[in-house]
Amino acid sequence: MLRRLLLLRETILIGAILLLLALIATRFPGFIAPRNLAGVFNDTAPLIILALGQMVVILTRCIDLSVAANLALCGMVAAMLNVAMPGLPIPVIIALVIALGAVLGAINGLLVWKLAIPPIVVTLGTMTIFRGIIFLISDGKWVNAHEMGAAFTGFPRAEVLGLSVLSWIALLAVAVFAIMMSRTPLGRSIFAVGGNPHAAVYTGINVGRVQFLAFVLSGALAGLTGYLWVARYAVAYVDIAGGFELEVVAACVIGGISIAGGVGSVGGAVLGAVFLGVVKNALPVINVSPFWQLAISGSAILIAVAFNARAGRTKGRIILKSAEATP
Amino acid sequence: MRDTVQPNRHVPDRLTSRAQRMLRSWEALLLAVAVAIFMLNSFASPYFLNAWNLSDATFNFTEKAMIAFAMALLIISGEIDLSVASIIALASTAMGLAAQYGAGTGELVGIGLVVGLLCGAFNGVFVTILGLPSIVVTIGTMSLFRGISYIILGDEAFRGYPADFAWFGQGYVYWVFTVELAIFAILAVVYGVLLHKTNFGRAVYAIGNNPTGALFSGIRVQRVKFILFLLTGLMSGLAAICLTSRLGSTRPSIAQGMELEVVTMVVLGGVNILGGSGSIPGVVIAAFVMGLVTFGLGLLNVPGIVMSIFIGLLLIGVIALPRLWAMLRQGRRAS
Repeated sequence: MLRRLLLLRETILIGAILLLLALIATRFPGFIAPRNLAGVFNDTAPLIILALGQMVVILTRCIDLSVAANLALCGMVAAMLNVAMPGLPIPVIIALVIALGAVLGAINGLLVWKLAIPPIVVTLGTMTIFRGIIFLISDGKWVNAHEMGAAFTGFPRAEVLGLSVLSWIALLAVAVFAIMMSRTPLGRSIFAVGGNPHAAVYTGINVGRVQFLAFVLSGALAGLTGYLWVARYAVAYVDIAGGFELEVVAACVIGGISIAGGVGSVGGAVLGAVFLGVVKNALPVINVSPFWQLAISGSAILIAVAFNARAGRTKGRIILKSAEATP
Repeated sequence: MRDTVQPNRHVPDRLTSRAQRMLRSWEALLLAVAVAIFMLNSFASPYFLNAWNLSDATFNFTEKAMIAFAMALLIISGEIDLSVASIIALASTAMGLAAQYGAGTGELVGIGLVVGLLCGAFNGVFVTILGLPSIVVTIGTMSLFRGISYIILGDEAFRGYPADFAWFGQGYVYWVFTVELAIFAILAVVYGVLLHKTNFGRAVYAIGNNPTGALFSGIRVQRVKFILFLLTGLMSGLAAICLTSRLGSTRPSIAQGMELEVVTMVVLGGVNILGGSGSIPGVVIAAFVMGLVTFGLGLLNVPGIVMSIFIGLLLIGVIALPRLWAMLRQGRRAS
């Protein structure tokens, strides 16, 4: 039954996305040309990657508001590394930013795990601390396109089989997370911790440790996205991806990931992100000011949360009813 | 998120006296910190001990503290409002819009307060009537409210407020005492009485400690929470009036990130982030501490974004240190 409900949310989202595309296509057929759709996906890839990490964190009943600041910090470090050591190969840079992002995520995770501080407080604090550190290390200066190496900025934009490397990385992350969530002990314990922490303890799961690992995963993805973001837009400064954490949370909530933990799916998170990505790319096409974006993701969060709560409530009722019916 | 395990409490065999309790309280510690920072600042910079400079320094905390009082009650009741800074942006935008059509100071103040109230009511409806968690609701309204400001303003700015509107943010009541400081002082008394001396205040504590228990003892939990969201909205509207009046212009990015400072102020004041305990005197002292720290750092030419590192560390440190301390003490007792 739960499975059917989840499927329902995903089908609704797919339907909504297709409807949106169809509506735009009636006026601007060029929007659904494969070339343009690939562009839209490429544009949405960072959101998809971050939504996967945020999904894991929200599933364990936490929230990570520091992802955008983490992204910006790792991006700045990647850019400065590239300027300081132009010879450093891209895979090394990627490995370094993933490690750095994971360490930053681990700081969040440790504070939540060992000191039991509410995640919202921890990540609200680290969010500003990370941004401040960017200012300290960069001295408030920008790293511009001409300072970065061609290989550094070219990597995420390189095309392989019609899609950019950035898009392929997002698809790879989706595949890895889909397998992890459904086929590994860690994935199952993430669901268990969010679904019922007390029961999880009795089944031998260390709740705090799983939450810690969720933050590490989210941080590592933010670090990876940091490099991709900076390389793609070929600029790094203190405020890149400012407020992006709200969009990431919006993508998760729209994707049906329950903020109360334990309910959600990789497919939902991805579709939530794609939905927001299509809306974002459609706005300039249908001649709406991009300034609408913030209000739209805000309303989307509210509507989706209200919708999720309603779905959760009916689910409860149905379970009760079937329980009464059985004896 | 609230399933923290209560450590085994050491049960004392005698009650501590009132004076002893006060000396050992969080507020006393905070007051000592405030005095220490004050002295440190006056040694560090020759410009610190000047009545007019100190008067200017109060702007660092007065607007935030107005919201912090209402936020303290809200957090004690177990909820939180992260949309306060965005309410300021929306209320300020509404006032700016009205000013373009020639609204006078009285109307502007009314508009600011009403928009604040409406935003608070909007949050309150989602949390108390639809039963949604306040963290997510206010994360949503945080982008919604500011988003509306962006829709209205884009990259423009509103200027041209009436001349006497400047009184709120730039006026003086007497000598160096600003209007904002007076509002802050009045609100401190009002909220102190409301939280510590009225039935409503007792209800707020009861809800924060045990919402189910509060419900069974006849407290209308949802109504109290709704009123608290209204109050937080109203205070944000008031802060918007002061801030707009002080700056004399409105941009959609006004008061960006202020929610962090407000929450930090409340937590620094000794309010338990999980709800159930805290006091208004604590928040008042915390306001002074934060004002003194930011002013002192400003005198030492520390840029704003670096100050925000301190604020972030303060927020985490204030919660983390007592817990670390308790863990260490427990460890010592066990061994």
